[in-house]
Amino acid sequence: MAEPAPAVRRALGAHLALVFAFLYAPIAVLAALSFNDGGLPTVWTGFSTKWYAALLGNAEILGAARNTLIVGIVSTAIATVLGTALALGIETRARRGRAIEALVFAPMIIPDIVLAIALLSFFSLLGVPMGLHTIIVSHVVFNLAFVSAVVRARLKGFDWSVTEASRDLGASAATTFRRVTLPLILPAVVAGALLAFTLSVDEFIIAFFTAGSGRASTTLPMQIYAMIRFGVTPEVNALAVIVMLVSVAAVTLAQRFDRGMVAR
Amino acid sequence: MAPALAWLVALMVLPCALVLALAFFRRGIYGGIDYTFTLENFALLADPLYAGIFLTSARVAGLATAIAVVIGYGAAYAIAAAPRRRQPLLLFLAVLPFWSNYLIRTYAWIVLLNREGLLTQGLRLLGYTGEPPSLLYTEGAVITGLVYNYLPFVILACYAPLSRLNPELAEASRDLGAGRFTTFRRVVLPVTLHGVAAGAVFVFVLSIGNFVTPALLGGGKFQMIGNLVYAQFLTANDWPFGAALSTALIAIMLVLLLVQARATERGAGQAREATDG
Repeated sequence: MAEPAPAVRRALGAHLALVFAFLYAPIAVLAALSFNDGGLPTVWTGFSTKWYAALLGNAEILGAARNTLIVGIVSTAIATVLGTALALGIETRARRGRAIEALVFAPMIIPDIVLAIALLSFFSLLGVPMGLHTIIVSHVVFNLAFVSAVVRARLKGFDWSVTEASRDLGASAATTFRRVTLPLILPAVVAGALLAFTLSVDEFIIAFFTAGSGRASTTLPMQIYAMIRFGVTPEVNALAVIVMLVSVAAVTLAQRFDRGMVAR
Repeated sequence: MAPALAWLVALMVLPCALVLALAFFRRGIYGGIDYTFTLENFALLADPLYAGIFLTSARVAGLATAIAVVIGYGAAYAIAAAPRRRQPLLLFLAVLPFWSNYLIRTYAWIVLLNREGLLTQGLRLLGYTGEPPSLLYTEGAVITGLVYNYLPFVILACYAPLSRLNPELAEASRDLGAGRFTTFRRVVLPVTLHGVAAGAVFVFVLSIGNFVTPALLGGGKFQMIGNLVYAQFLTANDWPFGAALSTALIAIMLVLLLVQARATERGAGQAREATDG
C-alpha cells in the first residue's frame, strides 16, 4: 500500500480509533457493570464482586456451565480428529472434487437458523430423543468444517517430500503420520481445536433447537438468552464477562499456535 | 476422510434435503405433516403479510451491510496503511470481539440503548431534560446490533486485498496526473472490490436470516425472516411453511454467492496485476 498523505493518515487514524471505541465500548461497559454493587445499568453504587459470588451459588448456571463444557470438549475432540483427517484427505488425494470443497465449506455459510431447524426436523422424524448428545453431534458439523479449514491452510505450504522420505526409510503409513506429519501440523491442529471449542461454547441457535425440551440439556448461551429475554438479573453481566474471558483466552492461545491466522 | 464426509452427509446434507422436501407437503390438520404434494407453501410466500417481512428483512440487512462496508472498508484501509509490523496486532484487535459470544455482544446494546440506559444517561449529563428517546426496540437498534456483530468480518475481508495492493500502482496513477481521490476511485477501489463483495455478501446473508438480534433489540413485534422461521417451527407448528421460508433463505444465499463468485473472478484478473507489489 502507498504511503498516504499526512492529512489522510490523520483521518484514517481517527476513523480507526472510533471503530475500536465502537467495538470495545459495549464490552467495557458490561465489564464495569459486573462490578457494580447495585447491579443496575443506570446508577453506580459502588464496587462489589457479589455478582460473581452469586454465580457460584446459582445451581442452574453451574449446571449450564457443566453442559457447555461437556458439549465443547466432546464435540471439539470428535471434530478435531475428523477435521484433520478430512484436511489431509483433501490435500493429499488427487481427487479434489469441487463437491467436497462445497460440502466442507457449507456449514460455515448456511444460515444457523436453517441448519438448526433442519437438524430439529431430522431428529424428530427419526424419533431420536434429543439432549446433550444431539447438541454434540450437531456441533461437530460446523466444528469439523472449521478445524479442516485451519489445518488445510497450514497444509498449503507443506513439504510432502518429508513423508515420502519417511516411507522410503521403511516407516508404515501410521508411523509416518504419528512421527512425521502430525508433529509438523500439530500447531494448526491445536489452533483449530481451540477455535472450534470457542465456537462450540458460544454457539446458541443450533444448541437451542437440538437440545430438546427440559432443563437438563440447557447450555450457557441458552441460559444467557433466557436471562436476557425474561428479565435480566445483574448476574448476567458477571456471567458475560467470564464467558467472554474464556473465549478471548482460547482465541489468543490459538493465535499463538498458528501465527497469521486471525479469523475463521 | 470418509468418516468426516459421512458425518457431513448424515447431519447436514440429509437434514437440509429433508427441509427442502418438507416445503412441498401440506400441514396436518392438528399440526404435523400431511404427506400430500403441494406448492401452496411457496405461494404463501407471496402473501402481502409475508412478502412484507421479506422486504423488511432485505431493507434491514441491506442497510446493515451498507453501513458495515463503509465503516469496515475505512478501518481496513487504516490498518493496511499502518506500519507493517503493527498491522497483525491491529487486525487481531479488530477481529477479537467477533470471537466472543454473540448474545453477550447483543445484550451489551440493550444496556446501552435502554430507555434509561447509558446513552440516555450521557444525554442527561449534557443537560438534556426531556423525555428519554426511545432507542431500543427500533429498526435502528436492530441495524446497530447487526453492524456491531458483523463489522469485524468486513474489516478482515477488505484488509486482505488492501494489504496486498501494489504501491507502484497508486504512484503510477499520480504520475499520470490523477488526484488522490481519482486514484482511489479509479484504481484502489476497483482492485479491492472483490474483498468488499465478499464481506458484503457475508454480512447480508448472516443478517437476513438472523433471528436473535431482531428478537432482542427489535422487541417482540419486529419480525424478520429468521423470526418467522423460528415461529413456524416452535410456535405455530407449521413445519412445511417454515421449510418453504428456509428454502427461500437458502435460495437468496445461493444467488448472492453466485454473484459474488462472478465478481471475484472478474476482480481476480485486475487484482493479480495490481497486487503482490
